[in-house]
Amino acid sequence: MQTATEPSPVLTTRWIGNKTAQRSKTFDAFFSWATFVASWGTVALLVWIAGQVGWASREAIQKFGFGFIIGTDWDTNSDQYGALPLIYGTLVSSALALLIATPLGVAIAIFLTEDYLPLKARSFFKFLVELLAAIPSVIYGLWGIYAVIPITTPMGNWLNAHMGWIPLFSTPSSGPGFLPAAFVLAIMILPTIAALSGSALKMTPQALKEGAAALGATRWDVILQISLPIAASGILGAAVLGLGRAMGETMALAMLVGNNNQISASLFAPANTIASLLANHFGEATGLEVSALMYLSFILMALTLAINAVAELILERTGATVRHF
Amino acid sequence: MKNLFAFTILTALSICSVQADTITLNASGATFPAPIYGRWFADYSNAHKDVHINYQSVGSGQGIKSFTAGLTDFGASDAAMSDTEIAAVKEGGVVLLPMTAGSIVLSYNLPGITSAVQLPRDVYPAIFLGIITKWNDPKIVAANPKIVAENPDLKLLDLPITVAYRADGSGTTYNFTNHLAAISPDFKTKVGSGKTVKWPVGVGGKGNEGVAAQIKQTPGTIGYVEYGYAQQIKLPMATLQNSAGKFVAPSPESGSTALSQVELPANLRAFVTDPAGDGSYPIVTFTWWLCHTQYTKPGVADAIKALATWSLTDGQKMAPELGYLPLPANVVEKIQAAVNTIK
Repeated sequence: MQTATEPSPVLTTRWIGNKTAQRSKTFDAFFSWATFVASWGTVALLVWIAGQVGWASREAIQKFGFGFIIGTDWDTNSDQYGALPLIYGTLVSSALALLIATPLGVAIAIFLTEDYLPLKARSFFKFLVELLAAIPSVIYGLWGIYAVIPITTPMGNWLNAHMGWIPLFSTPSSGPGFLPAAFVLAIMILPTIAALSGSALKMTPQALKEGAAALGATRWDVILQISLPIAASGILGAAVLGLGRAMGETMALAMLVGNNNQISASLFAPANTIASLLANHFGEATGLEVSALMYLSFILMALTLAINAVAELILERTGATVRHF
Repeated sequence: MKNLFAFTILTALSICSVQADTITLNASGATFPAPIYGRWFADYSNAHKDVHINYQSVGSGQGIKSFTAGLTDFGASDAAMSDTEIAAVKEGGVVLLPMTAGSIVLSYNLPGITSAVQLPRDVYPAIFLGIITKWNDPKIVAANPKIVAENPDLKLLDLPITVAYRADGSGTTYNFTNHLAAISPDFKTKVGSGKTVKWPVGVGGKGNEGVAAQIKQTPGTIGYVEYGYAQQIKLPMATLQNSAGKFVAPSPESGSTALSQVELPANLRAFVTDPAGDGSYPIVTFTWWLCHTQYTKPGVADAIKALATWSLTDGQKMAPELGYLPLPANVVEKIQAAVNTIK
């Protein structure tokens, strides 16, 4: 009786199975096509942007050529444009930020990957550090103006008064400058460095650590002689990625760096960066200056691209090292 | 009841039909007059429900670009438009309307000094050139007997001067450097004038607020900001020596006096770089609307004319409380004549 009223179970499944297979086949085809378009679209977009920026800067490239890179003037009145103080400012502020952020970031990474804390507390701290990345740049800028500059200014003035013979402290602080900018930048790139160093540290094989401990190594010995050397290239990659992020940062720097196109060895002197000058000048630029600004963006793109490529290479090699163990 | 129902429907219909006739005017440009424009346009739209005005304060340069490209019905610029820029406008011609004006003040941070600092004509350009670098410079001391009487030992003036300037391109910088170049040949050759210039010394802040933050935080700083802004956040303002040799404090009155000295040319483009007159505050500037002489879109010309006329009459009364200068009667008359030519 039952077999008569109900459809054969075998038949039904086969039928459904066929249909799903059919569906998933079309879906697969569509999906692989979509990913193909999306990935090549991204590449095309990058090429398009670079091409457009390059094309828009042709006038300045023709006029200044490579002299643009070593020129020190940015004068709209005489239409003379040079990028050296800006390239210098970009590299120095980012390098200073890196100098502050790397030790901090690695320390955070060690703290959060070795089992110092119960797992729940660890994920809470991790969440806090990652939250730093979610704060908008303009808030960092404001915080820098109202909280960091009042601390760095008296500090700078004291160092200048007592140790002014050291080139790094050779000018009094007039508020904005390299030091507050680098300090705020360091906090902005901290999450990047901490997160990537953390994942590099996690790749240390547990067996190695346990083995070292069994041979009588203390926790410090394990961290310093096993975990860190293994993660070293990963940490380096993290730092380079942080550097790339710092170089492109715009708003906070426009508010904190002092926007003065000069090259000074002093940490307290106002300076300028490529991104900050772009943000400040684009709105009102006309004629040759627009082209010069495009040339400047092209240089910034080339610099960040080179740095990110280096980071990728280093990170790729880390993978290789870990697999080797 | 039925009547009431019909009445409601009729009213609703009539509102709909009015809304169908609503005109939207799109405008963009200068940030310096944006607060007063915002107030004008809001008040005007409230009184005239059929006109809606979108103003985007994107900066004078961008305002000119959008107006030239035909993206906006009118533009706004602190530097008017140059002849080449006017020539680039393909359709409709251009009429420049100075609609409001403002003063630029020198604000400073000198802790403990209560009376306004007086700065002579040869001193403040030299400060911005980096030639005078200390507040106790003999030239500053000599010009401020009152401060010297209050602080005989001059200890409070023993501070280095930090110059604060606008890092972003702005009409404020344009007008301020125009003034400095007009009164100091040295400034004209070494720096010149423009929306951004190459300052020999100092720290660049982003926007009025950036310069103000720098002034507030660092003792010894001097910087230029718009009068309305300085007044709003209560920054001290220097008294400046005008072309007649008198020291004049910035105020709506001294600014208007300066404006009334100007003879506007036929195209209404006049930069008040160094106004004459005993009571004139020396750094004042008009700011312009950029309109077409002819509009093809129906209703737009009439809407702009009505709006401009209202702004020149009722609108001017709001100027002092917002920190702007009411235009003198002789100036308004000329501008109204230009407004009437729009078709």
